[in-house]
Amino acid sequence: MTKETSSISNGRAELLPSLKRELGKNGCLTRQIMTTVAGRSGLPLNEIYGVSTFYAYLPVAPVGKQVIKVCRCLPCDMKDAQAVIGGIMKEIGIAPGETTTDGKFSFELVNCIGACDQAPAMMINDKLYGNLTPERIVEILKSY
Amino acid sequence: MAEKRIVLGNCGAIDPNNIETYLGKGGFKGFIKARDRMKPRDIVEEVKKSGLTGRGGAGFQCGLKWELARNAKAKVKYLICNADEGEVGTFKDKYILSHDPFGLIEGICIAGLAIGARQAYIYLRAEYHFLNDPLCRAIAQVKEKGFVKHMDIRVFEGAGAYVCGEESALMDSIEGKRGEARYKPPYPPTLGLWGQPTIINNVETLMNIPHIIANGAAWFSAMGTAKSKGTKVFSVSGDVSKPGVYELEMGSCLSELVVDLAGADDIKAVQVGGSTGSIIPGHMIDIALSHETCLGSGAVVVFNSKRDIIDIVHNNMHFLNDESCGKCTPCREGTEVMMEILGRLRGVEGAEGDIDALEDLAKTMALASLCGLGQAAAVPVLDSLKYFREEYADRIEQSMYLRSYLGGELLKTKEGIK
Repeated sequence: MTKETSSISNGRAELLPSLKRELGKNGCLTRQIMTTVAGRSGLPLNEIYGVSTFYAYLPVAPVGKQVIKVCRCLPCDMKDAQAVIGGIMKEIGIAPGETTTDGKFSFELVNCIGACDQAPAMMINDKLYGNLTPERIVEILKSY
Repeated sequence: MAEKRIVLGNCGAIDPNNIETYLGKGGFKGFIKARDRMKPRDIVEEVKKSGLTGRGGAGFQCGLKWELARNAKAKVKYLICNADEGEVGTFKDKYILSHDPFGLIEGICIAGLAIGARQAYIYLRAEYHFLNDPLCRAIAQVKEKGFVKHMDIRVFEGAGAYVCGEESALMDSIEGKRGEARYKPPYPPTLGLWGQPTIINNVETLMNIPHIIANGAAWFSAMGTAKSKGTKVFSVSGDVSKPGVYELEMGSCLSELVVDLAGADDIKAVQVGGSTGSIIPGHMIDIALSHETCLGSGAVVVFNSKRDIIDIVHNNMHFLNDESCGKCTPCREGTEVMMEILGRLRGVEGAEGDIDALEDLAKTMALASLCGLGQAAAVPVLDSLKYFREEYADRIEQSMYLRSYLGGELLKTKEGIK
């Protein structure tokens, strides 16, 4: 970073990167973590909570080790994302918004992930899977 | 007309992990010319003359924006490359970043010289996390070659919010806040990131810069239409046999893109520009693609005759409602009410007055929303009402018949119980 930015960069500037680092260590932003971050950055806890809850990828409740994110936007929906959703529900026994009891998988429906040319598509953590079929879903989930 | 690959010229032709291959294709010629033979003012002038417009969706004159930032009196200025590609149906920037990161970095280096920015950010959407490391490695290679002595380039990753692609929300996000749209004016070139003059350009816009500098404004402005110069990169998906990324000269026909290149053979409608984009009915498929007609981010989704227009519009509205930042009432509440009405219509529970309510609400949202999300949220609703009004009217009529039929059935059941 140049001198100019480091002089401006207060706790606030580093907030998103630091929340992400905490997320990497803990899997979700607990109240305790948010309190620590608040203390470090000099920002009130409610601000940290406000920022965390605004972004889709900053979970404040525990999530599974692997987070399955199926795209529900138009191009994927048109290519039968519903069958993919049904396939996942059947395979791991949970509905969107839920986490398996063993904490292995969380299942979410998300907005456009930019893989419309490979619709229907999903991500498991940071890995992208496109051109999905219910059969492929079984194979992919088994590999985890 | 065939594809015209300028922005995508190096995609597939170079190794995105090796700067030597980019240099071998004439890479950084534009930058060296700008650095050694041009004054910052000349660079801005050249971009202005080229007529280059923003490729993210809004289509503002790039050179004009740069001039405002150039002339703003401030010690610190910022440059932000908007790589928060969240628009539904858009994946062109992902393609560019994966295949030609050096072209983007060269564009950033030139833009930095032109406006006098010493710090640049590439705001990368969280979903493209896998591109973060390759992009950082590409920046390091460019640094090693000594092309970025004048500025620092940093990749800043988002955290999952469509609205952060809106420039003022994007700046708030970098500042560590909730990504909510700001009141405008002031505009970013005068008062942007940390209150300093800031230029925010889309990935594709910046990709055009090295070509404009190397080949000249006249070369660039010879392509395209009166108000839309150069080429445009499109992301095509939906009911086509060859979905993907295509680059065409501005002003090309929509049919060339979706029929000739992407292989659509049954077209009921095409949505151009993403979730807030225009809906073009099949009989208007020869429309030109430009800022004057329809363009947006270049997202093109094709719908065949089996698709239900209300389903399509409802899915869009669900997305927009979900992604509305919630700061201004017309967008937060408007998208909610529209989603409710469209959802009822989808479930054959429409009521008389639904069409009027949608049209009425659309006017308020367009007029009073804070940013593009709310202002344009109703575009697909209005377009579909314009071209497929009978589908809405039929659905409302069906709803009424269905209710009276079910009412009778319910009565029968009740009598049966008696």
